[in-house]
Amino acid sequence: MSYNDWEAVIGLEIHAQLLTESKIFSADSTTFGGADNENVTPVSLGMPGTLPVVNRKVIEFAVRTGLALNCNIREKSVFARKNYFYPDLPKGYQISQFDEPICERGHVEYFLDGEIRKVNIERAHLEEDAGKSIHSGDFTLINLNRAGVALLEIVSAPDMRTPQEAAEYARTVRRILRYLNVCDGNLEEGSMRCDCNVSVRKKGDPKLGTKVELKNINSFRFVEKAVEYEIQRQIDCKETGEKITQETRLYDATKNRTFAMRSKEEAHDYRYFPDPDLLPVRLDPAFLTKVRGELPELPLARAQRFQTAFGLPAYDSFVLTAEKSLADYFEIVAKASNNPKAASNWIMGEMLRELNEARLDMEKTPISAQHLADLILMIDSKEISGKMAKDVFLEMWKTSKPPKDIVKSKGMAQITDTSAIEKIVDEVMAANEPAVADYRGGKIKLFGFFVGQVMKASKGQANPEMVNQILQSKLKG
Amino acid sequence: MNVLTTSLKNLAAAISSKKVSAREVTEKFLGQSEKWNKKLNAYITMNDQALETATKIDQRIAKGEKVGPLAGVPLAIKDMLCTKGLRTTAGSKILHNFVPPYSATVVERLEKSGAITLGKTNQDEFAMGSSTETSHFGISRNPWNLDYVPGGSSGGSAAAVAAGMATASIGTDTGGSIRQPASFCGIVGVKPTYGRVSRYGIVAFASSLDQAGPFSRTVEDSALVLESICGHDERDSTTAKVPVPQWSASINKSLKGLKVGLPKEYFSDQLEPETRKAVDRAIDAVKKAGAETVEVSIPLTEMAVPIYYLIATSEASSNLARYDGVRFGHRADFSKHPAEDLAEFYCRTRGEGFGSEVKRRIILGTYALSSGYYDAYYKKACQVRRLLRQQFLDVFSKCQVVISPVTTSPAFKIGDRILDPLQMYLNDIYTTSANLTGIPGMSVPAGFSTKGLPIGVQLLSAHFQEQHLFNVGSVIEESLAIKELPSVLQ
Repeated sequence: MSYNDWEAVIGLEIHAQLLTESKIFSADSTTFGGADNENVTPVSLGMPGTLPVVNRKVIEFAVRTGLALNCNIREKSVFARKNYFYPDLPKGYQISQFDEPICERGHVEYFLDGEIRKVNIERAHLEEDAGKSIHSGDFTLINLNRAGVALLEIVSAPDMRTPQEAAEYARTVRRILRYLNVCDGNLEEGSMRCDCNVSVRKKGDPKLGTKVELKNINSFRFVEKAVEYEIQRQIDCKETGEKITQETRLYDATKNRTFAMRSKEEAHDYRYFPDPDLLPVRLDPAFLTKVRGELPELPLARAQRFQTAFGLPAYDSFVLTAEKSLADYFEIVAKASNNPKAASNWIMGEMLRELNEARLDMEKTPISAQHLADLILMIDSKEISGKMAKDVFLEMWKTSKPPKDIVKSKGMAQITDTSAIEKIVDEVMAANEPAVADYRGGKIKLFGFFVGQVMKASKGQANPEMVNQILQSKLKG
Repeated sequence: MNVLTTSLKNLAAAISSKKVSAREVTEKFLGQSEKWNKKLNAYITMNDQALETATKIDQRIAKGEKVGPLAGVPLAIKDMLCTKGLRTTAGSKILHNFVPPYSATVVERLEKSGAITLGKTNQDEFAMGSSTETSHFGISRNPWNLDYVPGGSSGGSAAAVAAGMATASIGTDTGGSIRQPASFCGIVGVKPTYGRVSRYGIVAFASSLDQAGPFSRTVEDSALVLESICGHDERDSTTAKVPVPQWSASINKSLKGLKVGLPKEYFSDQLEPETRKAVDRAIDAVKKAGAETVEVSIPLTEMAVPIYYLIATSEASSNLARYDGVRFGHRADFSKHPAEDLAEFYCRTRGEGFGSEVKRRIILGTYALSSGYYDAYYKKACQVRRLLRQQFLDVFSKCQVVISPVTTSPAFKIGDRILDPLQMYLNDIYTTSANLTGIPGMSVPAGFSTKGLPIGVQLLSAHFQEQHLFNVGSVIEESLAIKELPSVLQ
């Protein structure tokens, strides 16, 4: 049997930390960077008699995300307790949602290998984060700053078949979360966590294989690599007749392999039951309508609009809509310059290169969208050449000045005055009489020499087309 | 006026009109407490700030400042309620060293009303018990007979009021823990409608059943205390957004037109004749005041105790998970024998910290919630609970108040039932339904047994209809109130 006889089935559980100012059930701040155990109150410490109260903003963020993921939003959802002991879980239970989650049955679409693909979302439920344990020698330190921070767990259907699909789906969800401004989507810092459920089966087999959960994946590239490794591992098991156990495996990026967690750590009966401290969350239709009305245009729709409205190639449209700030920027430049393709080229080329080099986000660009549009307009009106524009761009990057000011102060304006160019051509011809004679005698290859001399004499500012024209007519004699 | 036995209403009036100072009053109660606490063990911890607070109240009164309705009145607070800076143990070793950095909403509201916290009262550990015998801090005794239990779990709060060691007190009632000790100690006790009183800062036993309420010598006094502690609290989502009536000002002793229901299941053979007689005395009193009695039926009554013990223990098993020795409270000593792993850390800490009744209930609740048993136990209990609630709603379409016994018999002897948990649990057959359905209940004295032990009767009404309890309770106490301190203490 060959690997081609097998098919992988992949589903993702994405934990998104919501960007609310306070925690999900208490007024503790969620801002980080402070001292350890600073963002805590008796409530998030789980002290006796303290009670959770739902943060309304968290509900709004969950609904916003659910709508963007095309989910059905439950009019009534219920918080439940997930009971297990761990030192960084202050109450001995995590408040989560179990059989009545706030969002159910949605889907997202994404673009891969030239086509739109779809992944169904089974549910998205709210829960509180635990704290952080730092194991050190024979003791463990606990930081509860994160305990009680709101998480939205987005559970996909097992709809993906390849590591590439899994990674692209994860990127798509991240993109949506960032468009909605509900999560910063940082895998490295853990504000977005991606667990992958992987199983393999014989192609055509309707029955699912034994599922393995992969954790500790902190980049999209690792999503792809971890899933790829795991598929291979499972196929190897199947081929050799080894049994696949249902377990949680951790991905080790440095070794690029997955290994089993100690089974003791996951032998849990969570004893879920509805949290009697919290009333069911009831959402009225007016609230849903309001949140729906405030949804921004989402990445895929925006990419498609960029293709139809601006005539952009598909590739450009997806690059430009990867981040909302980038797409917003593009749209201003495209409209103000009335040259979407040029806008796209400048942003995807010069702009992204400079941003990457400086490790800056789009929001931090020193060049305003209006200034970039002005630059494109100056090229289009032949005020400056495309070549000069690149220098102007770099100057704009350094100084944030408008391109007109830069061109003016550096005397970089293109010479388009016929008589001025004629004057330079005359001077060049006068200074190179032997060459003029040779040219007229048939050495037409010398034309390039004359162009070079004229451009040099004009400090590169003469309009090249006009130089060509004038030189040709004057050299004819 | 005997400061120790006068009503809260009279005492507050005397203090605010400067007939007696809050400091003087507090000193008297502290003296009485010091004298009798060794015998009764009603208090676990005294508040060493009590006199200072009393002096401040006196100063405010002297300046003519407006003070709250409970100004200068010394109250005892069950040790389930967190008191900022004052040790709060819930009667458990696992919290023997816990000093909360916050106060329960109830405590804050009492302080705002001018009440003085005298001390924290003894109770069954985590309110799990009906006799105050499961406390880590020793058993409490019934002031009417020191060989008898004061009831529980709020036994200390009840004994303190009965013994003149506080004018009124606060208890918590999860399955009868206010009404039953009130009955055993011959005072008034009220469990308000679920959602009336904030649970914030009250050590949780069973979240969907717990409710704090007052103990006092008179019905009106309970109304006064309850008015001070009720009302929506944004820190407790389960508090109701309903107005808080001035019950004390609206007590109406004419019961004309009132229908009083007598549930036949509450008058079965289990009921001892002396207790039956006490209930009959109360029924006579309300009839004389113009009420009409009707027989009603709550067929699911026999299910109340079983479903109560499934739901209460399930919630408790989860609520008590936080006592793990990590952040506060007792932690086993690992200096000589370090824990091998996390499980040992928990087992030793919790094994030492919890008493056997608490462990029993944690195990019961854990079992009832376990996968494979959840549907048969916890879920089924919740379904029966909804049906029981419906049966009570039906009853309250036929009458406004239900009169019943509080327990089958008066206080029992210390040690009599502690080794027989089932017998102890059956003590709750008449009281748990109010918690399961959320309705309010009151225990009001209705005379004595031949052995000289007080017997109370239970009044129940529909949700948020506490006024009926205060009206009917006031009628019963007119003829049956106990005005003197127990003879042992005189």
